[in-house]
Amino acid sequence: MRIVACVKQVPDTFSEKRLDPADQTLDRGAADGVIDELDTYAVEEALRLKESHEDSTVVVLTMGPASAADTLRKALTMGADEAVHVVDDALHGSDALATSLVLAKAIEHVGYDLVVLGSESTDARMGVIAAMLAERLGVPQATLAGKVGIDGSTLRVQRVTAAGQADVEAELPAVVSVLEKINEPRYPSFKGIMAAKSKPTTTLSLADLGIDPAAVGLAAAATVVVDSTVRPPRGDRTIVTDDGSAGVQIADFLVDQKLL
Amino acid sequence: MADVLVLADVADGSVGKPSLELLTLAARLGTPVAVVIGVASSDVVEKLGQFGASAIVTCDDAELTSSVGAGVVTLLASLVSSRSPVAVLLASSAEGKEIAGRLAVRLDAGVLTDAVDVVAADGGGIVVEQSVFGGSTVVHARSTRGVPIITLRPNSVTPVEAPVSPEVSVVTISQYAEGAAPRYAKVVSRAPVASGGRPGLTEAAVVVAGGRGVGSAENFALVEELADALGGAVGASRAATDAGWYPHTTQVGQTGVTVAPQLYIACGISGAIQHRAGMQTAKTIVAINKDAEAPIFELADFGVVGDLHVVLPQLIAEIRSRQS
Repeated sequence: MRIVACVKQVPDTFSEKRLDPADQTLDRGAADGVIDELDTYAVEEALRLKESHEDSTVVVLTMGPASAADTLRKALTMGADEAVHVVDDALHGSDALATSLVLAKAIEHVGYDLVVLGSESTDARMGVIAAMLAERLGVPQATLAGKVGIDGSTLRVQRVTAAGQADVEAELPAVVSVLEKINEPRYPSFKGIMAAKSKPTTTLSLADLGIDPAAVGLAAAATVVVDSTVRPPRGDRTIVTDDGSAGVQIADFLVDQKLL
Repeated sequence: MADVLVLADVADGSVGKPSLELLTLAARLGTPVAVVIGVASSDVVEKLGQFGASAIVTCDDAELTSSVGAGVVTLLASLVSSRSPVAVLLASSAEGKEIAGRLAVRLDAGVLTDAVDVVAADGGGIVVEQSVFGGSTVVHARSTRGVPIITLRPNSVTPVEAPVSPEVSVVTISQYAEGAAPRYAKVVSRAPVASGGRPGLTEAAVVVAGGRGVGSAENFALVEELADALGGAVGASRAATDAGWYPHTTQVGQTGVTVAPQLYIACGISGAIQHRAGMQTAKTIVAINKDAEAPIFELADFGVVGDLHVVLPQLIAEIRSRQS
């Protein structure tokens, strides 16, 4: 089984994020880039599926600037077998439609039985890419998984949403996205770190994938940011120290605000 | 006026409040047309009509109701081609965003998620307001290709009644399926979430959340009691869910759920950036924390430096006495 795990480089979760005023895209210089935490669950789930199914390979795939190679290296040290990096200057400012197009072409190029992603990215937080990939690849969408199992060519997923749980079945090939806490991502071992150095990493350009540069990037985006403003800090704050009446004071405040 | 398609969320035979918000926004842009997956009971038809749905399209085909994503997308894509709406509006739930994303690919149209407001722009077009990076930045955006596909975050607008008698039509997916059916994942069984009588976390008007300061799973009963006194939902910080005190599905923050209620009460939550990213657009924030230096106080409209185990029982008693 060939498993492709998609990862994204994002600003560190614990950093402030902002838009570049020049073109309203993510200011990647404003914070350290790291592998998206939610994608580490996808890599871990891919590795577990590989370990429980003979003759399986995990390919980790990213699209992003040259610095995104760090995210691939992280996944390789965890135990992924190969890495594929789609990098091209023309990709800057790509929207979700273009990103899904490029990833779908790369996944087809690499070959796959199963694609695994995180449930969303922690920067854009759209939560659309897995569904878009299923649409582009024309394969089943078994997303928002709290549990993943494969029996022969049948994929079984426990789909968890705010509405409840659903048991979902599909035939491979298919696309899966996994929820946070589906597993506990492993820390790279020393052996894993050493082994990663000799694992193959392939770099692909848009030309390699047969994609017209005019179909991606900021100029081709189907949505445009008109303006952005940083929200000002809240004014009129009241902070009190409990003198034994704080519960009553909160109730008074709620009444004042017509919340009670 | 042109149609605006609204994918309504009907669960257990009732229409969710996010769907009523969508109808209210749709009325600003054109004529609201509600799409209902499954059967629309007379109650559902009445409710959707009460909030301005001039037409209701329903589809109850098993292929559609049992597939993940694909079937609904086929239905919506066909309605876009037959009705030429000026926009397609969906709720910003995880499922709503997935459907929006697939539809955008199918139609090669722009998709904007997590809108908090939608307005018809001067000179045509639709401008969407989004709150990004955990609410720290406000963005105005618009679609430049195809019919705008927009998902709206719950609690963004107040539903406005605009009673009409909807014209109801029932369609089958076969009427709409073009060529070979897409391969899809099939739902074999469903277990709806046990809400315990509380509203859903993302659509609740009041959210009471507990963090490390709550101290134990048992102590969450106090957080639940306050939520119930206010008719609200219960959330938790990552510290509390990681400790196993409360389910991961209730985690509010960067890697969890984003909420924007009228009132958010943070109990024993320090307010790390990871948590703030999920709640700082709440209209009013109350915080109770022992540590006067906790960053949550930077966001609080009303903050109490104190022990939640002392403050909450008094607050709950006070709310109950004022309500009676």
